[in-house]
Amino acid sequence: MMEEWIIHTIVRGLALGTPLIWAALGEVYAERSGVVNLGVEGMMVLGAIAAFALAQSTGLPYLGLLVAAGAGAAAAMLHAVLVISLRANQYVSGLALTMFGLGLSALLGRRWEGLPLLATLPEISLLTYGGLALAIVLWFVLYHTRWGILIRSAGEAPAAVDTMGVNVFLVRYLAVAFGGALAGVGGGLLSVAYRPSWTEGMTVGLGWIAIAIAIFASWDPLRAVAGAFFFGALFHLSFRLQTWISPEPLQMMPFAFTILVLALTTRRGRGAQGAPEALGLPYVRGER
Amino acid sequence: MRIGPVELERRPTPSWNWVLTVSALAILLALALAAVIFWSYGVSPLRAYAVIIRGTLLNARALPEIVRNMIPLLLAGVGLVLAFRALFWNIGAEGQILLGATAATWVALFSPVPDGWKLPVMFLAGFIGGAAWGLIPALLRLRFAVNEVISTLMMNYIAVYLVSWLIHGPWKGPEMRGFAFTDAFPEAAQIPVIPGTRIHWLTLLLGIALAIAVAFLLKRTRAGFEIRVQGENADAARYAGIDPARTLLLVMIVAGGAAGLAGVGEVAGIHRRLLDPNQISLGFGYAAIIVAWLARGSPLAVVLTSLFLGIVFASGDVMRVALQMPARVTDVFNGLILFCLIGSERLLYWRVRWAGHP
Repeated sequence: MMEEWIIHTIVRGLALGTPLIWAALGEVYAERSGVVNLGVEGMMVLGAIAAFALAQSTGLPYLGLLVAAGAGAAAAMLHAVLVISLRANQYVSGLALTMFGLGLSALLGRRWEGLPLLATLPEISLLTYGGLALAIVLWFVLYHTRWGILIRSAGEAPAAVDTMGVNVFLVRYLAVAFGGALAGVGGGLLSVAYRPSWTEGMTVGLGWIAIAIAIFASWDPLRAVAGAFFFGALFHLSFRLQTWISPEPLQMMPFAFTILVLALTTRRGRGAQGAPEALGLPYVRGER
Repeated sequence: MRIGPVELERRPTPSWNWVLTVSALAILLALALAAVIFWSYGVSPLRAYAVIIRGTLLNARALPEIVRNMIPLLLAGVGLVLAFRALFWNIGAEGQILLGATAATWVALFSPVPDGWKLPVMFLAGFIGGAAWGLIPALLRLRFAVNEVISTLMMNYIAVYLVSWLIHGPWKGPEMRGFAFTDAFPEAAQIPVIPGTRIHWLTLLLGIALAIAVAFLLKRTRAGFEIRVQGENADAARYAGIDPARTLLLVMIVAGGAAGLAGVGEVAGIHRRLLDPNQISLGFGYAAIIVAWLARGSPLAVVLTSLFLGIVFASGDVMRVALQMPARVTDVFNGLILFCLIGSERLLYWRVRWAGHP
């Protein structure tokens, strides 16, 4: 009985952990290149409506996810232009992206609200295993390839990358767009796999949790996987325990845990202290 | 840099006129971009803007609605100006508003405070509630180096579920026949409104007074000086012996408290009960970020910028009713305005000068 319960929790943790892992991996790459993108919630929700609209009208959920990746990347490019080229404040730009994404998806998603989706993916799909595999690949790329060195250096010492004759701006643009594409897929997984439907604001804060996962995973793709599944399981528990406890205090739990985990990990001297040196700072050529 | 007959030159500190011009251009650009979005939604942009202008600025009965929306934006916005001046990224005004509303509701419905004292005690409790909610992320940052953007946001979600729990559970009104509200506030716990409108003028005056007080604090007091130095140059602040913990705690007491007052106004001036968190605050806490950013660090300018965002909110209402658009349409405006505003900031530091023919 107890075993069954634990296995069930793990399986459900994988189910909700899947969208989280995709979004968190994307943020890890963007932040490694030196750009904080607080627009994850907005990019996810745009991915969710794009994937749902495509899957609903064509019957092809994988095509939906592909378009979701495109939508996420396009939204991320807005952020990239503002913070990399125009050197706008990264926090404010990300918040603007979240507001814009939530508003635009509600507007464009109006006609899709309440429609059934026949072509769905299972909660634990190819994309779950794909997410795990992606994490390993991204970890390998980040620590053992020239590309990884460039991305990490763009976040640690952009001037040094520039001196090597590599275009810092290009590296950052690519990392932010890639992060947006993954966030889009994460959002798409919500609307075609986890809860096959479209309702406005259906990301309910998962984008922010993905950002927190990137932070307390110390920007390491493999640790981000662990964080995503931990929060997946936590969300599941907050549903399961509703038999005994009223729902609202339980729904609070993942958000309270996020703060708690951040406090504990940064306290031990890891976590936030492993932050890329130039995180959040625009790169200006010829300035130090 | 010379382009034809005009010369572009850098300027270190932009004049107020130039700031105003660039801001106005940014807002116009945002409205133009929003027009594209309306068009793709299937609403003619010209018709949309005609409906908005007729429904807000040209409608005598709608004008008070602008002020009604301005009140919470003003209070929360003044607080955020202070927080941003100290470089503390408080994204938690939304949660602080809700906690202010909650604390005021407790005083209104469950405390033994005599009638004559109810309103003042509610405002006080709301201030304390919002301040306490804002102090938690400040302490977490000081003690555990927790990033305040994430923690203040998480506190928003926690506040939403807290209010939601109260109205479904312990505070659910027996008179409400199964609806998830508290009972209505007694008359002594309601803020008076200007007859025929929803302008609870007491809260409005409080907001204006607070804007003046914060302007005075920043300009003329030692604590304000310390906040400014802390925000502009943390290293200089450390050499000058300024205690970062003290300034941050002061900032978040005022910022959280101000948002808390906004929450009091919403429940005691508009709804007269505690209800669904998404109805108590229509996203005022997030929009207040734009209010503060648009004010460029000046608490007094918040009076104008909150009025402007009040127009945006009133427009959202008009579009929801007249054009059957979802309520979140205000978020489209808000996001675009913020994008254009920060995107145009580079322009502030350039001056265009007529240099004659080459």
